[in-house]
Amino acid sequence: MAQDHKLEIFRGLWKFKSNTQKIWGVLAFLTFVTIIEVALGIFKPESLMGKFLGMKLLNWIFIILTIVKAYYITWDFMHMRDETKGLRRAVVWTAIFLILYLIFILLQEGGYVFDVYDEGYIKRDF
Amino acid sequence: MSTAVVEGKTWGGGNQPLKASYGKMMMWFFIVSDALTFSGFLAAYGFSRYKFIDAWPIADEVFTHFPFLHGVDAPMYYVAFMTFVLIMSSVTMVLAVDAGHHLNKAKVTLYMFLTIIGGLIFVGSQAWEWNTFIKGDYGAVQTKGGNILQFGHYTEKDGEQVFKRVAVRDFAITTASERTQHERKNGLWYVDEAPLPPYTVGEVVEGLEANEDILVRTQIINEEGEKTVLSRAESLRQIKENGKLVVEGANLKVNEYGSPLFADFFFFITGFHGFHVFSGVVINIIIFFNVVLGTYEKRKSYEMVEKVGLYWHFVDLVWVFVFTFFYLV
Repeated sequence: MAQDHKLEIFRGLWKFKSNTQKIWGVLAFLTFVTIIEVALGIFKPESLMGKFLGMKLLNWIFIILTIVKAYYITWDFMHMRDETKGLRRAVVWTAIFLILYLIFILLQEGGYVFDVYDEGYIKRDF
Repeated sequence: MSTAVVEGKTWGGGNQPLKASYGKMMMWFFIVSDALTFSGFLAAYGFSRYKFIDAWPIADEVFTHFPFLHGVDAPMYYVAFMTFVLIMSSVTMVLAVDAGHHLNKAKVTLYMFLTIIGGLIFVGSQAWEWNTFIKGDYGAVQTKGGNILQFGHYTEKDGEQVFKRVAVRDFAITTASERTQHERKNGLWYVDEAPLPPYTVGEVVEGLEANEDILVRTQIINEEGEKTVLSRAESLRQIKENGKLVVEGANLKVNEYGSPLFADFFFFITGFHGFHVFSGVVINIIIFFNVVLGTYEKRKSYEMVEKVGLYWHFVDLVWVFVFTFFYLV
């Protein structure tokens, strides 16, 4: 079993000699990403406060970095990288499709309810 | 070869087209369903947030504490620490799985032990975080419409006017009151009354009138992304006309930091995640003892460690998202 681990990340840019080394490498990367997130969260640079597709640029960066972290946890810690294509797709695509669908519906509806409160005759500022 | 023989091979069992054992695959599919449960919660949080997008609490102002550092404004550092602890325990878990592949019992034992310790530190931190959140720090007044009014005053800091929060207990003037808490022994024996709030709105009004510089801050977020501070006259008017209840801290009904929904989702989602961490620790302990007793040594396979490892990493994975959506975004 031990010899069938794929030992490279970043599409082969970073190769490791053993699985143990790869684990530490991924830890270093995840820590680095978390530090960037926390630093951005504390300093909140003015330049990233602009809106992009209805959300602050900074929030988009946070979400993208989170997905990057999730990818490396799943692929290297949970060894998804070493599973067959069939298993990988059955797990990942199913989840991603359903989650995106759910998020779209609920956020759309939440925005609509906000508009009703905001523009309609319902008063909640008292 | 006849058809019967081929069918026997295909349907006779023992085939592994996905090259994963039954147990591991079922763990994966359990994780998918659990991921959908968490997504449901987080998406519902997103729904409520979009519903009150202009008045949602700002996480940096809610979680500002660090153990042993009283009065220091330290947003995020503690959750960052918690995140790191959980990622670290994920690493020791994957090292245990790796040692299991090499059938190295001593190393699996050590790494499983470290994983359990990491999990316990995390659950403990979460308990501390809850405790701080429930106790609250400044207190606020809830209006008739359920909105939250907070207090503060402008102070000079580095040549700039900064709005600094003031706690209700620091300015409210206590007056004698005949109102006592209703108990079963001195009133109706079949009804209970919740503990009375620490101050009445009348006491807050008196304190507000006595302190010229204190202003009211509403939940509405302005264009600069900050909560709106009212003028002195408007502050007094709001409290007098709409103030209904003095709240301190957060629970499922009231929340001094803003919308009660924020507290509800916080308790529900971090609580559900904490329950996963707790059950993960329990399962890890069971597997740890199996490792120590040599169960997997005899089996010549540490796949059981791999399966709980998947669950443990999943718990870490969920936290990465909870961290983003509750503390960062």
